[in-house]
Amino acid sequence: MNKERLVLIGNGMAGMYTIEEILKQEPDRFEITVFGKEPHPNYNRILLSSVLQGDSELKDIVLNDYDWYKEHNITLYTGDEVTRIDTNNKQVESAGGIVCAYDHLIVATGSNPFMPPIPGSDKEGVISFRDIKDTETMIEASKKYEKAAVIGGGLLGLEAARGLLNLNMETEVIHLQDQLMERQLDPNASKMLKRELENQGMRFHMEKQTEQIFGRKRAQGLHFKDGESLYADLVVIAVGIRPNIGLAENSGLKTNRAIIVNDFLETSAPDVYAVGECAEHNGIAYGLVAPLYEQGKILAERLVSKEPAGTGYQGSLTSTKLKVSGVDVFSAGEFGEADDLKSVLVHDDFDGVYKKVNIRDNKVVGAVLFGDTTDSPKLLNLINKKEDISEVGKGIILPSESNAPMESPVVDMANEETICGCNGVCKGEIVSAINEKGLTSVNEVKQHTNASRSCGGCKPLVSDLLNATLGDGAAVNEVEPLCGCTDLSHEQVIEEIKAKQLSHTREVMNVLGWKEPEGCSKCRPALNYYLSVSKPEEYEDDYASRFINERVHANIQNDGTYSVVPRMYGGVTNSDQLRKIADVAEKYEVPLLKLTGGQRIDLLGVNKEDLPAIWGDLDMPSGHAYGKSIRTVKTCVGEDFCRFGTQDSIGMGMTIERKYERLNTPHKVKMAVSACPRNCAESGIKDIGIVGLEGHWEMYVGGNGGVDLRGGELLGKMNSDDELLDAISAFLQYYRESAHYLERTSHWIERVGLDHVKAVVLEDEEERANLIERMEVSLEHKGEDPWKELTYNEKKKQELFEQRKVELV
Amino acid sequence: MNSINKQKEIAVATVDEIAVDIPKEVIIEETSIAIFKTKDSTIFALENKCPHKGGPLSQGIVSGEHVFCPLHDWKISLHDGRAQGADEGCTASYGTRVENNTVYLLLK
Repeated sequence: MNKERLVLIGNGMAGMYTIEEILKQEPDRFEITVFGKEPHPNYNRILLSSVLQGDSELKDIVLNDYDWYKEHNITLYTGDEVTRIDTNNKQVESAGGIVCAYDHLIVATGSNPFMPPIPGSDKEGVISFRDIKDTETMIEASKKYEKAAVIGGGLLGLEAARGLLNLNMETEVIHLQDQLMERQLDPNASKMLKRELENQGMRFHMEKQTEQIFGRKRAQGLHFKDGESLYADLVVIAVGIRPNIGLAENSGLKTNRAIIVNDFLETSAPDVYAVGECAEHNGIAYGLVAPLYEQGKILAERLVSKEPAGTGYQGSLTSTKLKVSGVDVFSAGEFGEADDLKSVLVHDDFDGVYKKVNIRDNKVVGAVLFGDTTDSPKLLNLINKKEDISEVGKGIILPSESNAPMESPVVDMANEETICGCNGVCKGEIVSAINEKGLTSVNEVKQHTNASRSCGGCKPLVSDLLNATLGDGAAVNEVEPLCGCTDLSHEQVIEEIKAKQLSHTREVMNVLGWKEPEGCSKCRPALNYYLSVSKPEEYEDDYASRFINERVHANIQNDGTYSVVPRMYGGVTNSDQLRKIADVAEKYEVPLLKLTGGQRIDLLGVNKEDLPAIWGDLDMPSGHAYGKSIRTVKTCVGEDFCRFGTQDSIGMGMTIERKYERLNTPHKVKMAVSACPRNCAESGIKDIGIVGLEGHWEMYVGGNGGVDLRGGELLGKMNSDDELLDAISAFLQYYRESAHYLERTSHWIERVGLDHVKAVVLEDEEERANLIERMEVSLEHKGEDPWKELTYNEKKKQELFEQRKVELV
Repeated sequence: MNSINKQKEIAVATVDEIAVDIPKEVIIEETSIAIFKTKDSTIFALENKCPHKGGPLSQGIVSGEHVFCPLHDWKISLHDGRAQGADEGCTASYGTRVENNTVYLLLK
């Protein structure tokens, strides 16, 4: 049987979302063809501003790459525009001459930027902000020119302006109205936003109408109606969008402001549907992504079920929740002023927080939040439900303002809202996994849904969601098992290794009854570590149980190449080392040389097979930039040169680094030594941070500049170099023995408490001496420099680095 | 993989030179293939490309008859190349044959 032919005009977010929804239910039913005017696969248009602002690259915002279309057997024509829909013969024709018949046609042509008829807007250097090409033009222009003018102080205009500021252009914003973002903000919030953006360096020209863009071939500036002028080499027009309906009009579809659709997204022509910004439902054409996705879902349902079913699309409540130049902003419903509206207001100019909730007949009908949007899910819920709020306190309306303990924001989140941004997991998926699979821990949720698997930032939300889903007091597993292969916790495993004198990873898994007899990528490296700490004198490293970086002593990169970071003690180098690095970079055509955050030089993009030869040529020790081990000791200039330096920070840094280099630890350990409290080596955010003062050293521990930013806490003051080294030994050894594998010092100290650590490593004389002694034993057995060892070990080199090319005969 | 001819087999390594749980990377024409040897000396072969973001599976941690991709820790079956758990995707797998200590790859 021939498949039904489904054609989509418009390779953008609304149309492709519809296709994805269809494929979820009917992966093989339709033969799908997609036409896109832009020469790109489907990308996230909303994130163009983040590309412009330098936070993402184009490849990061692609939603469906070319391979995806291939995998789903979708024929994709990019850079080709459909010029005619023949609704009688049910076929479309493209500018490139393609004629394609359809059984079902979706029109998702989106919008065009609205270009007001300003004389001179056809000059070079005048652009809109809508697609990848515009973004690229702006980035190019910023390299040659200095002054930019953005016409339009709405969301799009301000995002463009912020991006241009980031590109180091002087940026002026021209707005016709007397307030910015007047469609999303009320006057107070708008004023606060303007002040914030002015602080960031934007300049505003309010209530100005541009009469002309002047210049010869290229734009040179603007003339305003009031007679004033402004110079600019780049003019971005961002005054709004208009539904792109030229094709629909010419093909005889019924249109008004956009293509008219009914509750099932059906247009006036049979089997022709419209979705997204180009569709008008009950007089409204939506321009935000949430309503477009709602429409996409319903259209997919309609196409899959053949007949209209259910109630169809009932319009969307538009709400805006976004970050404008780093400021959180939210608005929904009727947020303006009206005589029959009563408002609850919080207006704190000092902290830059503003909240307004509009109430009519005891029902919340609209809200604006600025600076703090934690209450937005609650408010959206109240507006949607139209609940009578006369009986409840203000705490319900703005929970963040009540003193009562806050309910987690996950409670009011809609099921489609994303919890894990890295892996795109929404609340609904997590809740159904918890319910259907009986999950009781964050770890299990991670295994079944991928939520919190990447950066881990959403773990608190996942944990709240578990509690909320399972009900109060539900037993969330108390003991977090080491991994899915066992029910034993980290502590239990460490205890068993000691008690039973276990000495190999396989032995541990076997004796302790691992459910997966061969373990997994979580437990094997952990066991290998615990065994090595328990018997430093005799343990033989099981390198098959190590993550690749520690196996080949380099950092794997996203394309399978590696990076090489040689050790430079204390971040100090010399001409000889630099010359060797330069020679290696040229000889092996290293694509990128980069300074690291730890004061080292990183050679990036190295082929795995070249690693041993490069190490041999460099003849420098490994910097261990890849290891769960002592990484770097960063230092400031110190007393030798700095006029503020009170101590020899470089000397101390080098001593520490030479002493503890190659030592394996539960997670990476970063250190720093600064010679005065100005802290140029950033000792405050290191696992161990030393600050020199006149006559003594301060030792800070548990600092972290990564995912969970945490300032280090003062462990104590050390009155001599030896006392400092002893304290470092005791602290590090206690961390090595008692932390979970992959637990940074920051999380470990949060778990066991700083006072406890102080008691063990500083106050208990006997334990302190034992720790120092065990550290000395570990240091004696830490082994040779791995680069040196691998460079000359032919068997291991063949095993780990060889890439064999086999010819077909 | 169209570049590789149909119904061929080709010698790629000896059993001894592949370490247990340390895969060997072999390149045949343009295709990179990871050859695995498990604890009981069973040989498997997968395209050296994770179905997620193309990570080199030959660099992963091998546990039993699964390999964990080094880039984002996807768990892939050595038997059929299929992603396990909540992940979806499949990488190409190849038949293998061992004769006189030589590993032959069966090409499609």
